[in-house]
Amino acid sequence: MRLSDDERAMLDGAEGPAVAAAMDLLVRYGEALDCERLCDVRNVAGTMTQPSPAKARLVKEGGWHKAFAVINLDCDDDIEIPDMRVPTCQLQHGFGPDADGVVPYPKESIQLQDDAEAFYGRRGVSILATCTPYQVGNLPTRGEHCAWMESSAVVYANSVLGARTNCEGTASTGAAGLTGKIPCWGNHLTENRYGTHLVDVRVPVDDFMEWGMLGYFVGDLVQEARPVIVGDIAQPDLVDLKHFGAAAATSGGVELYHIPGVTPEAPTLEAAFGGTPVPDAVSYGPRERRAVYDDINSQGSSTDVDFVLLGCPHASVEQIWRAAKALDGRRLNSSTQLWIMAPRALKAVADRSGYTETIERAGGRVLSDSCPAMSRAAPTGTRVFATDSAKQAHYLPAILGIKAWFGSLEECVDAAVTGRWSGGLR
Amino acid sequence: MIVLHGRKVVPGVAEGEALVSHETISGWGGIDPAEGTIIERRHELFGVSFAGKILVFPGAKGSSGWSGFFQTTRLMGTAPLAMVFTAMTTKVALGAVVTRVPAVTDLDQDPVEVITTGDWVRVDADALPRAEIYVAGARIGQNDPHNIDLGAGEGASHGASYYGRP
Repeated sequence: MRLSDDERAMLDGAEGPAVAAAMDLLVRYGEALDCERLCDVRNVAGTMTQPSPAKARLVKEGGWHKAFAVINLDCDDDIEIPDMRVPTCQLQHGFGPDADGVVPYPKESIQLQDDAEAFYGRRGVSILATCTPYQVGNLPTRGEHCAWMESSAVVYANSVLGARTNCEGTASTGAAGLTGKIPCWGNHLTENRYGTHLVDVRVPVDDFMEWGMLGYFVGDLVQEARPVIVGDIAQPDLVDLKHFGAAAATSGGVELYHIPGVTPEAPTLEAAFGGTPVPDAVSYGPRERRAVYDDINSQGSSTDVDFVLLGCPHASVEQIWRAAKALDGRRLNSSTQLWIMAPRALKAVADRSGYTETIERAGGRVLSDSCPAMSRAAPTGTRVFATDSAKQAHYLPAILGIKAWFGSLEECVDAAVTGRWSGGLR
Repeated sequence: MIVLHGRKVVPGVAEGEALVSHETISGWGGIDPAEGTIIERRHELFGVSFAGKILVFPGAKGSSGWSGFFQTTRLMGTAPLAMVFTAMTTKVALGAVVTRVPAVTDLDQDPVEVITTGDWVRVDADALPRAEIYVAGARIGQNDPHNIDLGAGEGASHGASYYGRP
């Protein structure tokens, strides 16, 4: 790799051993990628506070300095961790104190995370505690180089905001926070940002459930490539594209897509493909829609629903409001629980707006910071759950060994009230 | 014996038994780092351990937790001995770096097709001018792998000696 003078100085220890270790990791990572240089970043989204058995052991051995060195810098030396050099935020992590007594989750993990928040907060890590930093004020500008992890956030930043980030990891974001650098590879380079596949939508896609299904179809189709979506699609909002990208990054590895006339790097279909010939379109019609619905719903047969999970990726205020309206004046089935996962900041808005009270009066909960997949925790005894998230329906059966139903927000709320799944494709 | 040539991703030399996956591998939600096993239910290697094996696979898929989960296999002593893969992504590049095992990509033949589970393989990521992978065509159980001269001296590997087998 070619390093600039400031990068070389950091590597040589001019800014202390932690920054040197961070630069060493970035050089090893860049060389693994066969990347020529680093680029400057001023927006890092990573993870430091998430509890794990390995992290608990490291903290016991050498405190949080040790845990950060090993896990976030891949460094075995005893080094002191300084302040972050550039703005850095914590993504979703484990459950917090608000889950105590609600979620079957170890108190020690809540305590460990509390300690972590205090340590990293003092070093300039903003505890956003959400998989959707773009919902709570972290909105990189078009063309801005970033170092983000969380596949659903990466695809949103690249596609909807036009920012430039690869799908980073725990160590690369730790190193980026201390240096303001990341390998200039992949999505950072203009030539890697044009579309590769064309998908023509021939059924109406007008709700985030439909966008999730379309995303699941597209991800499976293109895998790691860059799809361009045209056809019978209503003007999407933040929630629609949040669910589309999350699903496309679940069934495949989509990090960047374009919707001509909607997303910033695709004013036209031709622009989405960078002037290269537009490929033949793959159709998403009624048959494909039915197949993807059946695929996501292929995991169970019992219609007895123990648990309903909304808010993956973390819910917007509008989604919390919509759930509150669906639950208003109703009462959950005695053997079914309903959780809505949301960013802490937006839960505060929901509390203040009275939505949380309506949901809690019905027996549901609004929880922050985490999700059942991140924390491997669902209500005790759950065998079957229902969700409005294609991503959670995909992952949770593998992680918790439970069965999934996927449908609209209102179908999920109905399942929570009746204890039975009665959703279906309309 | 077959020799493949490729590009060094992470330096080092390792020798051991191959575990070949024809499907990409998920980290978060796809492996159990405590056991070093594949846990994705629909995966061809569901329930199989990669600990102490030369892991040969097309690449990484899924969550950005990939590297963190493979880093944890190193901390728990369940890491593979080496990684040989075809498709480069940030997930697998960083994952190989923090797992700290020899890793090679950009091979002149498709390793997933050429190498079979149980083959005895030597990964020399440090070889010049290109990294080399020696594949003994005999499967474990049919021939004693230690009788096959792969030029690895004592058969020592950085991975096996440093990180240990479970």
